Amino acid sequence: MHLPISDKIELNILHQNSHQAEKNKVKFNNHNLLCLNIMSSPGAGKTRLLEITLEDLSKKFQSAVLEGDMTTNLDAIRLEKLNIPVVPITTGRACHLDANMVNGGLKLLEKKINPDLLDILLVENVGNLVCPAEFEIGEHFKVALLSITEGEDKPLKYPIMFREADLILITKVDLLPYLNFDINELRSNIISTNPKADVIEVSSITKTGFDLWQKWISNKILKFKK
Amino acid sequence: MHEVDMTKCLILSMEEWADKKNKEKIVVEKINLQIGEFTCVEPISLINTFNAAVLGSWLDSSEINIETIPFEGKCSKCRKSYFPKKENGYKSPCCNLNLEEIISGRELKIASIDFREK
Repeated sequence: MHLPISDKIELNILHQNSHQAEKNKVKFNNHNLLCLNIMSSPGAGKTRLLEITLEDLSKKFQSAVLEGDMTTNLDAIRLEKLNIPVVPITTGRACHLDANMVNGGLKLLEKKINPDLLDILLVENVGNLVCPAEFEIGEHFKVALLSITEGEDKPLKYPIMFREADLILITKVDLLPYLNFDINELRSNIISTNPKADVIEVSSITKTGFDLWQKWISNKILKFKK
Repeated sequence: MHEVDMTKCLILSMEEWADKKNKEKIVVEKINLQIGEFTCVEPISLINTFNAAVLGSWLDSSEINIETIPFEGKCSKCRKSYFPKKENGYKSPCCNLNLEEIISGRELKIASIDFREK
């Protein structure tokens, strides 16, 4: 019997996903297309945020959506009513989108519209505060939503998600008067986890904060396209 | 559960590696992983998922060995390294500043593979 050999490979377990994510990003860059990865727990308001956002955004910038969900295309159906290209990605049992799925979604999107004509691609990830943070999809920026109904401690309980985010949207702030919720404690917990993230409070009911959110997106698109 | 996806990725990486070594002529004894404390992976779950996934395959007799890499940060003011604690908001104990720089703890790595030739 031969003696054992130890092969030092120092390889990221997710290197295949990372490799595909890099390829996705190159595609986005070649199309001059900014990609945002929108993540949150289920029910934090991603789809409603996108509905309200795209009503205005799609008038200024050519927009498209990849809509990730485990088992249905209900969210995609809602967004299709905005008359923008939407590609549903049903993951089956996977609790997050991965780079291969987004690559597949992009190929389907190419059948609907030439990506060279698009300015921004919003990828709504599967509702989950854990897994999406570990799986790159090729995005330029990660946006994490956290609704005030989830509690002030979530950035500490799910630190990876909020650490990885470039922008954190605190949603459903119209409910503040009705809840025993400390927004300053939440902001403090966000800063503790990720002092560099931008933070905007929004409400899809009152449209509070949407001007700042739209401005954030516009600035990112314009800077990207320079 | 993403340990399933992690396992799939791990097995794919092993397949890729083994193809370069001529898979039929080797037996993998140990897969040495480095998993950071500041990741979403639960080591026991990964081991159990892997063992279930490789039953009856060419990796059936291989064992996962996990080295847990501590979550370590660096104070942005005095540059001392420290182990961030959730209980005090990951702040540096020296200067009470927010965690800006992570030195380690985000690893999801195949460090080495121990194998022998048949």
